[in-house]
Amino acid sequence: MMELLQTVQQAGLDLLGPVWLPVWTAIKIMVIVLPIMGGVAYLTLAERKILGFMQVRPGPNRVGYWGLLQPVADGLKLLMKEVIIPTNSNKFLFLAAPVLALAPALAAWAVIPFDDGMILANVNAGLLYLLAMTSLGVYGIIIAGWASNSKYAFLGALRSAAQIVSYELAMGFALVCVLLAAQSMNLGDIVRGQQNGIDLFGVKLTGVFGWYLIPLFPMFVVYFLAGVAETNRAPFDLAEDESAIVAGFHTEYSGMGFALFFLAEYANMMLIAALTSVMFLGGWLNPFHGWPVLGAVTDLVPGLLWMLGKMSVMLFIFLWFRATFPRYRYDQLMRLGWKVFIPLTLVWVVVIAAWMQTPYWLW
Amino acid sequence: MNKLINFFKSFLLLELLKGMSVTGRYFFARHITVEYPEEKTPQSFRFRGLHAQRRYPNGEERCIGCKLCEAVCPALAIKIEVAERDDGSRRTTQYDIDLVKCIFCGFCEESCPVDAIVETRIYEYHGENRGDLYYTKEMLLAVGDKHEAQIAKDRAADAKYR
Repeated sequence: MMELLQTVQQAGLDLLGPVWLPVWTAIKIMVIVLPIMGGVAYLTLAERKILGFMQVRPGPNRVGYWGLLQPVADGLKLLMKEVIIPTNSNKFLFLAAPVLALAPALAAWAVIPFDDGMILANVNAGLLYLLAMTSLGVYGIIIAGWASNSKYAFLGALRSAAQIVSYELAMGFALVCVLLAAQSMNLGDIVRGQQNGIDLFGVKLTGVFGWYLIPLFPMFVVYFLAGVAETNRAPFDLAEDESAIVAGFHTEYSGMGFALFFLAEYANMMLIAALTSVMFLGGWLNPFHGWPVLGAVTDLVPGLLWMLGKMSVMLFIFLWFRATFPRYRYDQLMRLGWKVFIPLTLVWVVVIAAWMQTPYWLW
Repeated sequence: MNKLINFFKSFLLLELLKGMSVTGRYFFARHITVEYPEEKTPQSFRFRGLHAQRRYPNGEERCIGCKLCEAVCPALAIKIEVAERDDGSRRTTQYDIDLVKCIFCGFCEESCPVDAIVETRIYEYHGENRGDLYYTKEMLLAVGDKHEAQIAKDRAADAKYR
């Protein structure tokens, strides 16, 4: 795989010279973005199917076999709908907002390692870049709410802003723990830090035992829940609280503007799932690596599939949450963010830091 | 002490996990949806669908124009005109049911002394124009002629409860 890429790269360099670099990067971006778009489309179907199953009904099953063409039909519908721009809105901002919401959600994928070395930009401060990108997404929402010049959109935007600010902190602190454990901000190195397993009083435990999931379990929970809040998903979807404020920040959007927000939300979900896999679930690593028999068999599965499998599990949990929990009230949401998550993460940063100074730190 | 227990209960997300286990179990449950065009729910013989006018086995229409159904109809959906026929019997010249007004209460069927007006099991019908759902006597008789076997069977099944 890697040799093939090397050959392609060399051939391109010989053929095009210095022009090759942007072309090659553009190709790599396409290779990442197009599957994400496809993934988003089918994530919507998966969501409707899973919600359906959990409510003891079949979910969409009319378009194509088992409803498999439903995302295509939805996409076509949204494409053909009229884009309505409210008279009193700020036209430029109104149209810019969906793009501002989607762009960071896609840009963040640049530093996600899908396999060993399979990464668009091997940035050393990858974690910082990710934090920056995921926080930028909120601008799209705030601008959408503001530019719509509608009270519901405005309320949704305000809620979203306050919510993301509160949860960003807990998320950041949870990541500080990962950073402490991995001693690196490079996402590839963070995964590689989980591959060695642990030496528990002379017993060598490999595979899943080496993951940061185990020493950082509370942080894993906090990070994932903060991620759910960050992507405005149920039960933290107060920004689009349809029972109270119509559709929140995208009340005034229709057609493709709405579709872009939709894409951004689902791309963000996938991003959080990917990040959780990389930070806590050993990214592309085989969970059974080094185990007798099972390890040898499962090592044949390429790392990319492990990564995608872990992402799918996390995404399933996203949808499971949505099927299970009622929406938080606004003050409960704030209480959870400020009074539970932030103190908990702060304490755990200290615990990890102290733990790492003792000989009992095994990871 | 209670406070402490509650603290740990909420902190360990026990209630939330319980909730998730419920939805998780139902994820694997067999869905109970009746997928309509392919599957249909069973119907009672008392099902109240599209109206029909019946005839006697010799082809004579049952309705004698007593207007009980018109009187009892709460939605005023029935319009009846009566005249003497050439053989001296009392028959309707007009018997219209406006299905747009009809609320399918079944009172007309209930009130009919000769079981002339009945409601059938048919519920898959529609109108594409204004007035398509205004059923005249001919239309009602046609429905009755077409589904007489089913109608007679349903009346027989219901007879012992009357």
